[in-house]
Amino acid sequence: MINIQEVIETNKMIEQENLDVRTITLGISLLDCADNNLDEVNRKIFEKITTAAKDLVATGKAIEREYGIPIVNKRISVTPVSLVGAAACKCPEDYVTMAQTLDRAAKTVGVNFIGGYSALVSKGMTFGDKNLIKSIPRALSVTDRVCSSVNVGSTKTGIDMDAVKLLGEIILETAELTKERDSLGCAKLVVFCNAPDDNPFMAGAFHGITEGDAIINVGVSGPGVVKTALQNVRGADFGTLCETIKATAFKITRVGQLVAQEASKRLNIPFGIIDLSLAPTPAVGDSIAEIFQEMGLEQAGAPGTTAALALLNDQVKKGGVMASSYVGGLSGAFIPVSEDQGMIHAVQAGALTLEKLEAMTCVCSVGLDMIAIPGDTKATTISGIIADEMAIGMVNQKTTAVRLIPVIGKKVGDMVEFGGLLGYAPVMPVNSFRCDDFINRGGRIPAPIHSFRN
Amino acid sequence: MKKTIITVVGKDRVGIIAKVCTYLANNRVNILDISQTIVQGYFNMMMVVDTNDAPKSFEDLATELEQIGEEIGVIIKAQHEDIFNKMHRI
Repeated sequence: MINIQEVIETNKMIEQENLDVRTITLGISLLDCADNNLDEVNRKIFEKITTAAKDLVATGKAIEREYGIPIVNKRISVTPVSLVGAAACKCPEDYVTMAQTLDRAAKTVGVNFIGGYSALVSKGMTFGDKNLIKSIPRALSVTDRVCSSVNVGSTKTGIDMDAVKLLGEIILETAELTKERDSLGCAKLVVFCNAPDDNPFMAGAFHGITEGDAIINVGVSGPGVVKTALQNVRGADFGTLCETIKATAFKITRVGQLVAQEASKRLNIPFGIIDLSLAPTPAVGDSIAEIFQEMGLEQAGAPGTTAALALLNDQVKKGGVMASSYVGGLSGAFIPVSEDQGMIHAVQAGALTLEKLEAMTCVCSVGLDMIAIPGDTKATTISGIIADEMAIGMVNQKTTAVRLIPVIGKKVGDMVEFGGLLGYAPVMPVNSFRCDDFINRGGRIPAPIHSFRN
Repeated sequence: MKKTIITVVGKDRVGIIAKVCTYLANNRVNILDISQTIVQGYFNMMMVVDTNDAPKSFEDLATELEQIGEEIGVIIKAQHEDIFNKMHRI
């Protein structure tokens, strides 16, 4: 039988070290909502989501209560909307009505975000894809809970540089349309390479076309638990450090597995995957950067940071894989600047630069995430940054992403407040040398040689 | 049978166990095991209980136990045992 020390350990993780289940995300296929009549598509989408997800929030709360573990977010991901609306939408404005439908459905069922206002264009853009991408600035400015993502590259297809160029402009336009709220719209827009079909984390979640009708995906968290565990092995060698992270990741993930199975059973929807990502929040003690400090780095960004992140990410996976029957999604450490107190400090102290963050993304699951840059950054420069990040993902056969926020009216060093889990961030400097002629070439970057495995 | 773990954490004082046990008895909750320890000066008690015969819902029991905790200045939590089993047993 379970003993009191184990009970105390678990409850200490929850109460003092911010252990929580970050999200239960219900993936819903909207493929059967397609129609050539726009009103009909919107009606079907609203009906399908509000039916499939009607018990999601209540079930999440009941599980939270019974096990005493906070489940921070209950969310929905849907089939990439560019596909669902392709037959009905003749212009970007048509797609905006679908974003409004998603927003209304999210509010009706009480989820805080709905993801999937997306297009998958890693090799090329259809007429529908292009319209959806062009509609993103409007869609994100007239909705509150809709999240958007665009997959512009993959190891198998290479990088669609036309889409990369377009997205530089789209990100700036989104920033402009939401400038009253510190360009918040950009915090809900992710550009991906190798986007996974089953990611439960926002803003990049969508319900991929390889998925079934509905599925429950769960994202766990717990940087604070890892940090506290490492406090007990200060000065120990790397073997001990790694074992400690691995054992802790196992425990954290087991809780996610339990919650996922319960949610799946109660909602009568199949369990998809557990996403093993360590996701920080702006709360003190819930930070990836503080784990680096506990490992022995003065600040995130100091020499050694990439190695520290590489071992952290690897050990989290090794512990987590054993704890869950199905692992998927992004599964890695997140390093969003604005959502991590330690990262914010590191930027303010001058320890962490955009270039170092880029290097770090080579060894962890996501990319340049929640980074505020000056509002007068050129569209081509943003496209250049996206292209670099996509190239890292393409060549390393991993997911990478870009979520940059060019904050209109703000300059380097200014603080930007996004609020809630999105946190706050200092505006970071961007390399100002031009890349216009490179970005303006157009076309595709071919798939790398090692993608030809057949 | 699904068991529930009740934990009581706080400054030690007379009558904590009595108060909790009286409430459980009145609500037909059977106590299977009790253990306690002191961690960093704080009283920690764990009870393994069976709530299957209790007429009240888990939600009500958990809420009322929390209220009793507030009255006597300790933190009382009720959780299904699965969260501990999952985390600490393979």
